[in-house]
Amino acid sequence: MAVVNTSTQGAHAHEVHDEHHDNFITKYIFTTDHKMIGKQFLVTGIFWALIGGFLSILFRLQLGFPEMDMSFLRPLLGGWIDETGSLDQNFYLALVTMHGTIMVFFVLTAGLSGTFSNYLIPLQIGARDMASGFMNMLSYWFFFLSGVIMFSSLFLATGPAGGGWVIYPPLSALEQAIPGSGMGMTLWLIAMVFFIASTLMGGINYITTVINLRTKGMTFARLPLTIWSFFLTAVIGLLSFPVLFAAALLLVFDRSFGTSFYLADIYIGGEALPHTGGSPVLFQHLFWFLGHPEVYIVLLPALGITSEVIATNSRKPIFGYKAMIISMLGITILSFVVWAHHMFVSGMNPFLGSIFMFLTLIIAVPSAVKVFNYLTTLWRGNLIFTPAMLFAIGLVSFFISGGLTGIFLGNSAIDIQLHDTYFVVAHFHLVMGSASFFGLMCGVYHWFPKMFGRMMDNKLGYVHFWLTFVGVYLVFFPMHYIGIAGFPRRYYSWTNFDFASGYADLNMFVSVAAIITFTGQFIFLFNFFYSMYKGRVAPLNPWRSNTLEWTTPLHPGHGNWPGEIPAVYRWPYDYSKPGSKEDFIPQTVPLSSTPESNLPHEEEMVSLEKAIMAEEGQVLVANEAK
Amino acid sequence: MSTTTTSINFSSKRGIWGGGNEPLNASYGKLMMWFFLLSDIFTFAGFLIVYGAIRVSYPPYGGPATDFVGSNEYWPVPEMVFDALPFLHGIHAPLVFVGLMTFILIMSSVTMVLAVEAGHRNDKNDVVKWLLWTLLGGITFLGCQAWEWTHFIHGTDGGTVLTYVNQFSDLVTETVYGANLQVNEYGPSSFAQLFFFITGFHGFHVTIGVALLFIAFYQAAVGVYEQRGHYEMVEKIGLYWHFVDLVWVFVFTFFYLI
Repeated sequence: MAVVNTSTQGAHAHEVHDEHHDNFITKYIFTTDHKMIGKQFLVTGIFWALIGGFLSILFRLQLGFPEMDMSFLRPLLGGWIDETGSLDQNFYLALVTMHGTIMVFFVLTAGLSGTFSNYLIPLQIGARDMASGFMNMLSYWFFFLSGVIMFSSLFLATGPAGGGWVIYPPLSALEQAIPGSGMGMTLWLIAMVFFIASTLMGGINYITTVINLRTKGMTFARLPLTIWSFFLTAVIGLLSFPVLFAAALLLVFDRSFGTSFYLADIYIGGEALPHTGGSPVLFQHLFWFLGHPEVYIVLLPALGITSEVIATNSRKPIFGYKAMIISMLGITILSFVVWAHHMFVSGMNPFLGSIFMFLTLIIAVPSAVKVFNYLTTLWRGNLIFTPAMLFAIGLVSFFISGGLTGIFLGNSAIDIQLHDTYFVVAHFHLVMGSASFFGLMCGVYHWFPKMFGRMMDNKLGYVHFWLTFVGVYLVFFPMHYIGIAGFPRRYYSWTNFDFASGYADLNMFVSVAAIITFTGQFIFLFNFFYSMYKGRVAPLNPWRSNTLEWTTPLHPGHGNWPGEIPAVYRWPYDYSKPGSKEDFIPQTVPLSSTPESNLPHEEEMVSLEKAIMAEEGQVLVANEAK
Repeated sequence: MSTTTTSINFSSKRGIWGGGNEPLNASYGKLMMWFFLLSDIFTFAGFLIVYGAIRVSYPPYGGPATDFVGSNEYWPVPEMVFDALPFLHGIHAPLVFVGLMTFILIMSSVTMVLAVEAGHRNDKNDVVKWLLWTLLGGITFLGCQAWEWTHFIHGTDGGTVLTYVNQFSDLVTETVYGANLQVNEYGPSSFAQLFFFITGFHGFHVTIGVALLFIAFYQAAVGVYEQRGHYEMVEKIGLYWHFVDLVWVFVFTFFYLI
């Protein structure tokens, strides 16, 4: 083993040396460098976010202005705008389906976890690259292929999938049901199979890298919380995505090969279908066994990024580091035992409902621990309001306001009234959609200097933040009232119901706010691409942060550190430590060199640290002597 | 594989989780295989749960097993369905053939263990020998499965009279021979659908395993691993092969025993 590993280290050194031989294709396209792969995920995620956001604007136009003449959209949407200038009803269903699918999977799973797990894990744990760079590359290209298939489904004559992002059968299983259950659904399923493969390859890589490739001294108790969150996210994905794979594969057979795993006793147009013996509720169980953990796959990385950014910009150690880890572990475990709270009205046994309600409400405990830890970290800190910090605080705000409504919805009795109304839409868009989106933005603003070696413009960042923050509340707060009033989600129009007319103005308001918020994102886009080329050149450690990525050169090559990988001697949150001259002590500074700020238990570790350094120094000298 | 650590200058005073080493004493490739298998367990678990849920929605066959006749009203008795042997037409040999298949697959796991063990000794000839036996076991299993499927699809001489809705949406009563995804002579349509789907998915895993084994066999035979200095690839494929074996034990239990 020793021999083997020496040779792999040699191979790494070789790669670093050979870097200038990279051509365009190996550097930017089929790259195995985790940093470039992370950027690929980011740019692809931004592309999908624009499409997903634009689709939501289209259906918000219909919801806010049902009588509107949409003929001006005909050059773009063609036949989906009929002669009278109104939006096609089946296309409306496709719009909400694709908006959900794109945002949940392509933007907030691949765009968030894919970007930052790839980019930050090797940099923050002190590794040259991911465990398997090749699998990492495959992971991106499977995602890309999945995106190409999903994108092409937008241009089908029958439209993309239209059964909602949850694709419940029998609606999604029978091609005769709606146009959106035809070819669009087939492509949706194929795209998701590739997406799941991509997620699994990524996740296996993340977990293995964190376990095997930490640098010397980087114990699990010294990992930045970002890494903890990416690690646990990958664990959740590893265990839940295969179940979606199983569910999707069975659905493929029901759709294309005549089986009836999810189908039984169905008549279409008065004719009996041959399907017997299946159960559509079975699909719901399988789907939500992924679907609920998916919420945490989306949210945990955002929470990890926020922990890091809030601690750095409060110039304070994160409050309750261990409590943060334990609550993330708690969320990870609980995420697997609450799925049926999405199915309270599916005809499930009410007793089972009360069990799932109980388990669901327990999640409030670790979530609240995390919120209090953020607030206590902020409390009396030397706050530095960088754009990243603002987005992090925005996330905490959404996590609170959206989380509170989760307590309503988790209650199986109240859910009977609120189920499938805009209350649910408002809840998850705040707590998981907007919160995770803010985590993504927070990460981009914070790590942009490391990614591209330049700073983003702060003023544009502030404008972007306030526009988005206020916009998100203006969109989703009124939606709670619309939901309580009884508006069901996914409906093309409510003009048949009298009660609905009283809320038309509120819907109009939401739509206008959504359009403004969406438009505001172009400020970010400009800032992002402009700063990439024209931004102020970044200092090596712009946020005066402790973690390892800021010890790399401004433009780290493949292999990240030109010389030996730095060793780690302390946890990443030594901010404003009493006695220390600077208000931050990077993880690479040995305890033995900071006697003035060491705490009593750290002072005891100094002798061990010295012994380790002496021993490793001797081996190094001995090796060089050979 | 010895217990030495990754880094050449690594102090023994660092704990095993102290970073700079491989805390589980496993290379990244082996860890990745373990985590892949963990996720694959969840895929199979999903399928077997579907099987269980659909199966318990049907009543079991009530009478004595020897009087069993196929019907889409109740779940069939496996030992009366899977009782045929190749070349021995008309003989009632309950579960003998599938027992043989299972035995062959388990024996191929044993030879896989021997191949891995030979790899630890860096004994090229033994690795090649045992990989070849494993490969033969895997191919034989697939061949047996092909025969089992063929027999299941063609059915018995007598067939069963069933009343069901056919693909033209007509309610018909007719003699059904064998099995397809719409109807089968043994039991409810779900029975054959689940049989094809789950044993098929397992067979697909075995097929991939055979392909991997072939690559390992070839590379071991031409000395790729010998040049590399270790036979870790054989170990990784071994992990996968044992997993496929283990899954079969569950599939076998669900479809043939209970």
